[in-house]
Amino acid sequence: MTELLVGTKKGLFRLEGDTASGFEITARAFAGQSVEYAMRDPRTGRYLASVTSWFYGARIWVTDDPTGEWEQAEGTTLPETDGDGDALKRLWVIVPGEAEGVLYTGGDPGPLFESRDGGLTWALNDGLWNHPTRPEWEPGNGGLCLHTIAPWPGDPSKLLVAISAVGVWLTDDGGETWRHSNTGIVPRYLPEEARADAVINHCVHDVRRAPSRPERLFMQFHDGVYRSDDAGATWIDIGTDTGLPSDFGFPIVVDPADPDSAYVIPLIGAEDRTTPGGSVQVWETRDAGASWAPRGDGLPSHDAYLTVLREAFDNAGEGAGMELYFGATSGEVFGSGDAGASWAQVADHLPPVYSVRTA
Amino acid sequence: MAQVMLRAPLSELCGGRSHDVAGTTVQEVLVALEQAHPPIAGWVLDERRRIREHVNVFVNGTQGQEGTPVASGDLVQVLPAITGG
Repeated sequence: MTELLVGTKKGLFRLEGDTASGFEITARAFAGQSVEYAMRDPRTGRYLASVTSWFYGARIWVTDDPTGEWEQAEGTTLPETDGDGDALKRLWVIVPGEAEGVLYTGGDPGPLFESRDGGLTWALNDGLWNHPTRPEWEPGNGGLCLHTIAPWPGDPSKLLVAISAVGVWLTDDGGETWRHSNTGIVPRYLPEEARADAVINHCVHDVRRAPSRPERLFMQFHDGVYRSDDAGATWIDIGTDTGLPSDFGFPIVVDPADPDSAYVIPLIGAEDRTTPGGSVQVWETRDAGASWAPRGDGLPSHDAYLTVLREAFDNAGEGAGMELYFGATSGEVFGSGDAGASWAQVADHLPPVYSVRTA
Repeated sequence: MAQVMLRAPLSELCGGRSHDVAGTTVQEVLVALEQAHPPIAGWVLDERRRIREHVNVFVNGTQGQEGTPVASGDLVQVLPAITGG
């Protein structure tokens, strides 16, 4: 049985089941509030959710039982000042770190927080927050959001984060110091004359690391798909003339067993952001982006104009039996139990889906 | 002391709907409420000590801002705005 945590505009839904016999909703929490993201820490079994109340702001909640009470975590606040400056707007993602008890969360307007006690208390990463380039950071359509956090397996000193529309940041000293790393990425949304000078104007949408070869990363960019083979130091275009119907999209997923694999869900570019031609397809590469092929058997093939957001696509397991799940802002969740070869709808009529995570 | 009236979920975080709180402005009253009931910190005032965009604070029935004066015996009501989606 697979457990799915689906964050929506109107609460968190836990679904349990499998792709063969179907899923059912077994818990709902935070009714009426936006659940940006929810995950279960595989080390402790604890559930964590980032929740934004329209009225009362954004915070992390934790529980050991998603059918019971949730506890408000502390510390996901920006430095307190009177008057000027932004307040925390949203928390986009929660990711386990490599050190025991460590988790990370990031959000809008670009903060990274770290917890060392399994998510009950959090502290701002000062190195990134106080980076001298910060006054130049510009938001994307979703805000100035730190949405990607990619630890390095087995090494807690190394971390990659990505912020829209700023770009990739790397640390090798546990977050004390940070450097931006967008070499090779072409921000086509900027005038051609401005691209050469653009070093922190990069609207990264999602980055996933290949666990079996951690120096390899795959990126879904605002208008491009990229790969890095040197831990994010440089990026290679794998979205141009490689078969994709569009190189715009939000999420990207990798097969943990195969560092040459990645999955994207192309959307017609920034002005539309829906599935091309009314047909829903997941596209797969098994040659590190040299070519892509559609994997859509069982997905809506006509009159389906879906939008899949950056945290709404996830996997469980690996190889030929890898499970894949994604949700749409129109309330559907789809799943595959055979690495994308066939698909089935596992939920319908949910509120707009913001995130999907396997637990 | 002003009387601060809360609705759920704020009243649940503070252990009741009515609270006697000291302060000479709306901001001072709300900060004092946070100090007396830490679970509400950040819910009404953000990190910049501004009233959140979609929260309304009324003093004796008139909508107030952070600097609105509050006197002893005043009624301060904290309500969610009629916004959302």
